[in-house]
Amino acid sequence: MGTVSQTRAPGPPGGAPQDPPRTRSSRRARGGAARWVIPMAPALFLMLAFFAGPILWTVWASFTNEALTGAQAANTEFVGLDNFERLVQDTRFRAAAVLTVLFLLGSILGQTVLGLALALLLRNRHAAVRGAVGAVVVGAWVVPEVVAGFVWYAFLEREGTLNALLGAFGSEGQNWLFTAPLLAVVLANVWKGTAFSMMTYGAGLSEVPQDLEEAARVDGASGRQVLWYVVLPLLRRTLATTLLLITLQTVQVFTLIYVMTAGGPGSRSTTLPLLMYREALDLGDLGYGTAIALALLVVAGLFSIVYVRMLSKEEPA
Amino acid sequence: MEGTGPHTPRPAAVAAAALALALAATGCAGGADDRDENTVRIAYQKFGTFIAMDSLMQKVKEEFEADNPGVTVELQAIEAPAEDYQTQVNLMNGSAGEAPDLIYQDSFTINQDADAGYLMPLDEYFDAWEDAGLFSPQEAEAVTSLSGERYGVMLGTDVRGLWYNADLLEQAGVETPWEPATWDEVLEAARAVKGEFGDGVAPLNVYSGTPAGEAASLQGFQMLLSGTDDALFDEGSEKWVTGAAGFTESLEFVHTVFDEDLGLDVQDALDTNVGTVNNEERFPSGELAISLEGSWATQSWIPEANRPWDGWEDSMRFTPMPTREGQGEGATSMSGGWALSMGAHATDPELAWEVMTYALSRENAVKFAIEGGQIPVRSDVAEDPAFLENAPLAEEFAALVDITGFRPAYSEYPRVSIAVQEAMEAVMLGEATPEEAAELYAQEVEGLVGPDNVTGGS
Repeated sequence: MGTVSQTRAPGPPGGAPQDPPRTRSSRRARGGAARWVIPMAPALFLMLAFFAGPILWTVWASFTNEALTGAQAANTEFVGLDNFERLVQDTRFRAAAVLTVLFLLGSILGQTVLGLALALLLRNRHAAVRGAVGAVVVGAWVVPEVVAGFVWYAFLEREGTLNALLGAFGSEGQNWLFTAPLLAVVLANVWKGTAFSMMTYGAGLSEVPQDLEEAARVDGASGRQVLWYVVLPLLRRTLATTLLLITLQTVQVFTLIYVMTAGGPGSRSTTLPLLMYREALDLGDLGYGTAIALALLVVAGLFSIVYVRMLSKEEPA
Repeated sequence: MEGTGPHTPRPAAVAAAALALALAATGCAGGADDRDENTVRIAYQKFGTFIAMDSLMQKVKEEFEADNPGVTVELQAIEAPAEDYQTQVNLMNGSAGEAPDLIYQDSFTINQDADAGYLMPLDEYFDAWEDAGLFSPQEAEAVTSLSGERYGVMLGTDVRGLWYNADLLEQAGVETPWEPATWDEVLEAARAVKGEFGDGVAPLNVYSGTPAGEAASLQGFQMLLSGTDDALFDEGSEKWVTGAAGFTESLEFVHTVFDEDLGLDVQDALDTNVGTVNNEERFPSGELAISLEGSWATQSWIPEANRPWDGWEDSMRFTPMPTREGQGEGATSMSGGWALSMGAHATDPELAWEVMTYALSRENAVKFAIEGGQIPVRSDVAEDPAFLENAPLAEEFAALVDITGFRPAYSEYPRVSIAVQEAMEAVMLGEATPEEAAELYAQEVEGLVGPDNVTGGS
């Protein structure tokens, strides 16, 4: 490039000078694009092949009768909207959708309240306290999902820790995974996910200007009023972003539930990801399974819209 | 003009080159061409009390590799319950580079997998095999597809019936040897055990619900249904039967067992490991009195087992499962069995067949029949002194071979079977009455096989 502009420099003056700068700048832009594209190409390709590819395949498969085995595996046919028609009529799908929403709401509520409370309590505390509490809470978050599932299984099962504790108080034990499966998995998910909320809210709180709170206090606002009228409105953006992220994480929780209850007893904790697994891999109906996956995307999308609305409503204020 | 000079890189060309590179880099990962022709990959299940196949395959690998230098037998033991095992094998079958050369396969999935094009027809090889004549006609039926091609060779078969702990039944005042003639007599004995031991002993295990998988469908439900006047599939009209009286009667039996607390706790019955726990723990420790179970239960107690049970022969007895009112032959049984089959993409079918026949040889079949609690399908194995000596109940089992039934060998069966398990689970959890569950099953099956392929019952 340097050499090219050098050869151009001694060009004739006049109307021409306007031309070279334009070519030069456009050339620079193209050179810039090349510089950007060359190192990005492998990553871009991998993204397309391993990320966009499967998504597109999922969409395609949901319109076919693709199967894991049997004649349909050899001759997969395009079946149009059959899978979606079946979805609408499937009582199990409806039950799973309801359970998914309950699981979502329970998890989001628990994680938000606990995460926010922890973040508020840890504010302005000694670094040692923050470090200690943070380590414990984040520990739960770092633990792999399978391990978290087994930990909670061991805690809640009939001969588990909880019953041993209750037994010490003379209370009769029960298998919590059997009697309250949905509550059990919600609890486990809240336990695991609270750290994430705590950290994002902690970060958000550190951005809240202290002088605003002090001003409110000087005006005679109680601690609760400061929280409600000053801190939370300033935290709304963080809140919405965190809720969005939690929702997207929670809606796809599979391992935790699979390890703890496997969707049972009956289908009392079968959320959409578990139903999808069951249809696609246990029953081998990949076409229908992928249709459920798309429905799951719709559930996540609906929640996302709500949060995006929350964010944009904040703008004018 | 200068911009198009050869020294200036063009983004599009660069991107294309990078893409090509990336393609080349990732593209060479798959593909069947990389498979070593001298390696025979075998996929088999190893789970819970079932270690006989692993033991056999280790032996085959060691001996075959010693006899055939240069050949590698690659063992892929998949530790998973039968359903997950099949899913994993099917996923492997889906890609030629990953597909096993030899597959240990439940005979009831053969039609499905043959339809999918995963398996290789073996008629040519089998017919030329000198041992072919030793295999029983039932064996041929179980591994032959509806289009008449052989897709596997069976390792062994089995029967099902009632295992009971004679000590517990005697203490409960039930006369032994116990020979129940109707379902009611089975339930009466269970009630007697409950009356004697209360909650300390589970009187009667009937596998039920989706976590138990095919065991619930075959050991549980179909052992009941085959004792009524109905069946899952009507061979005459070649249609699936829904709304049959026998179906509801079978569910009523399940209902009675769980409603009267004659079975395991529902939560124990809905544990994936229920079969392992029953045979390795509950029976030996005297916590289970009667179990509707396969003839292979002995594999959990013999010296080669995970947890051998010294003296099991003193307590455990086997008796046939009666029909509902003692109708027909008076007793019933169902049979299954696992086979070795060959993947459609086998790298070297000749070599794979050699390994297969080696695993199926007389010596190995005897070993597998003893350790796996199997009923031999080779006539020379059934008469082998080593087998007869180590299989004390061989005669009782052999008596059932004449009356035993088989699952409908249709591609849809595995999915219909899951519908059966769901109906059982709804009943045992009290979510549906037997009538309601039968109705749900009818709808489910109609959806699975199409309205034209179902018929009403008797």
